[in-house]
Amino acid sequence: MKVTLFTTCIVDFMAMNVGKATVELLEGLGHEIDYPKNQTCCGQPTYNTGYVEKTKNTIKHFIETFEHAEVIVSPSGSCVSFVKEYPHIFEDDKEWKERAEKVAAKTYELSQFLIDVINVDDFSAKLPGKAVYHHNCHTARFLQVKEQPLTLLSKVEGLELVDFHNSRKCCGFGGTFSVKMGEISAEVADEKARYIQEANPDYLIGADFACLMNIGGRLSRLGSNIQVMHLAEVLNSK
Amino acid sequence: MGIKINDQKFEKNLEKNLNDDFMRAAMVKAQDLITKNRENVLSQLGDGNFREWQQLSGDIRAHVLENLDFYLNQFAENVVKNGGNVFFAKDAKEASEYVTNLALERGVKKVVKAKSMVTEEIGLNHALMDAGVDVKETDLAEYILQLDDWNPPSHMVVPSLHLNKTQIRDVFAENGYTGEDLPEDLAAFARAQLRNEFVTADMGIYGCNFAIAESGAITLISNEGNIDLCTAAPELQVSVMGMERIVATYEDADICISLLGRSAVGAKNTSYTTFVNGITEEGAADGAKEFHVVIVDNGRSEVLKSQFKEVLQCMRCAACLNACPVYRQVGGHSYNAIYSGPLGVVLTPLLAGYDDFKELPYMCSLCGECTEVCPSNIPLHKLIHEHKRVLAEEKKASAFWGASMSGAGMVLSRPWMYKLGTSMAPMMTKPLMVDGKIKKGVSVLKGWTDKRDMPAMEKVRFRDWYESRSKGEKK
Repeated sequence: MKVTLFTTCIVDFMAMNVGKATVELLEGLGHEIDYPKNQTCCGQPTYNTGYVEKTKNTIKHFIETFEHAEVIVSPSGSCVSFVKEYPHIFEDDKEWKERAEKVAAKTYELSQFLIDVINVDDFSAKLPGKAVYHHNCHTARFLQVKEQPLTLLSKVEGLELVDFHNSRKCCGFGGTFSVKMGEISAEVADEKARYIQEANPDYLIGADFACLMNIGGRLSRLGSNIQVMHLAEVLNSK
Repeated sequence: MGIKINDQKFEKNLEKNLNDDFMRAAMVKAQDLITKNRENVLSQLGDGNFREWQQLSGDIRAHVLENLDFYLNQFAENVVKNGGNVFFAKDAKEASEYVTNLALERGVKKVVKAKSMVTEEIGLNHALMDAGVDVKETDLAEYILQLDDWNPPSHMVVPSLHLNKTQIRDVFAENGYTGEDLPEDLAAFARAQLRNEFVTADMGIYGCNFAIAESGAITLISNEGNIDLCTAAPELQVSVMGMERIVATYEDADICISLLGRSAVGAKNTSYTTFVNGITEEGAADGAKEFHVVIVDNGRSEVLKSQFKEVLQCMRCAACLNACPVYRQVGGHSYNAIYSGPLGVVLTPLLAGYDDFKELPYMCSLCGECTEVCPSNIPLHKLIHEHKRVLAEEKKASAFWGASMSGAGMVLSRPWMYKLGTSMAPMMTKPLMVDGKIKKGVSVLKGWTDKRDMPAMEKVRFRDWYESRSKGEKK
């Protein structure tokens, strides 16, 4: 299958390894990667801050860049859940609403694509050690993708997955919330980091880099040596 | 008091509360305990499919709101049939004046009050006290807060969550208590004091969880028994209700009640579910001889006409407070209003305007947990986002953010600008780097880096790697 990759802006300029792992993972399954070079961002930063009109051009650009795709896959459930919102944003614009619906219908979060679309759960990945998994809010609540990442991680050789207190609660990132209400956001991240440390894992795994950057940023400040990894990187570990 | 609880600036309130270690530990403990119990009892409700219950209850409430004039009329007619009086108050002032005038006309010296959010909203206690009427809050937590010089409630269901037993002992000590800070002894003291108030009061005031249109009954859900004493002892009784607190039938009330206690405190049922059906029978030993229902609009008609109307489906269970990651850290007082948490973020600006509450919509990470737990099926996080949109686009609340987001929108919709910007980012952020990380940011980044490191911007972006690889120069 030809898989069109939406890396997300944050992976593009802050976590290229996540994008790289996603490419290698999908190519390893024999899929052809299509990477539209003109891609930028899904538009959440401006939209979630309340600037809906200022977001519309970003969304239109996304639609134009991706509507040729057979299937769009992204290593971020949050961005995918926002793409699924596009049709509601163009409620009063028939043409763009229809185009948005088509794009939204073929966009998948990585673990969702692997399990629900192409039905692959074993990558012969190996990663020895103990790990916790942080559920990204938008992936779990808006996309209802909850079990897929856990299923994938359960097949990783040597990896022991343990739960930690409130693993399904928000990490406090929230896009511009993390700077606009930085003090509160940091307190949420601090509590999250402390619960993770209590579980004493070798790895913190997540399927959304934004959360990982937030929790990882707090862990780093606390001097923790817990390694922070994206699901794609774990599945690509040999 | 009204909706706003103090004149402090948002930042000042926030700073004070973030430094209140006891309060913060209490929030965390309460949230975790209630959440655990809530999930447990909801999994045992019916076949455990909360989503279906949530939808049903939301539909019940939405149906009433769509036909509110009809049901209010039906309800009011039935209250009158039951021997009661109904007063429609357009705002807080009218509502307070009606109750205060009633008290003065009947020569009331003392009022016993049950906990009610809407009486807080209309500032009823102070209106009565200003008129020379003695008011006694009888819910234990509200009683404590009243004795503590009207310390404002910090939670809709557990109002004194921010106080510990030693603080409560100190408050009681100023009112004649001589014992230690043992919860049992403190409760016994309050009980003895309150018992005397009930039998000497001339008027009982309580709120309303659900008004039942088909019968004119006021439904009261409670645990301590104080509400039942308010409905039993005084001969003159007043129920104050928000005009949206109505359900069509007992059958509908049953669905909502099934969810209320479970959502609020994780209990299958509360200790008491009481229906007040107007005046008592001739010759009965207790109950109201005179009964009034005050139906408060206070901005609700406007909300009903707006894009925020779903917030009127709320049954004040506080499940959203108990789920919210922000409320968890900052506590109820940081919202500077009697309504806090996600509900407060949505409702307060609607009832009290944006001017004093323009920060509230940003106290949200858009995690969606409030919406997930709401037993009235209110899309809370979407309504919070809509407030942000109104502030950004209609009120133009922040020139800085308006300009920043214009810039961002421009860059993100023009690939050449995006590519140029992200290629320059490592150089631009270089002065901030320490050990390969940004540890001390400036401007908006400061909020992040005060307590968190930020990774470096990639010198080789994903797109650079991909392009070089496509050209056969695998790196």
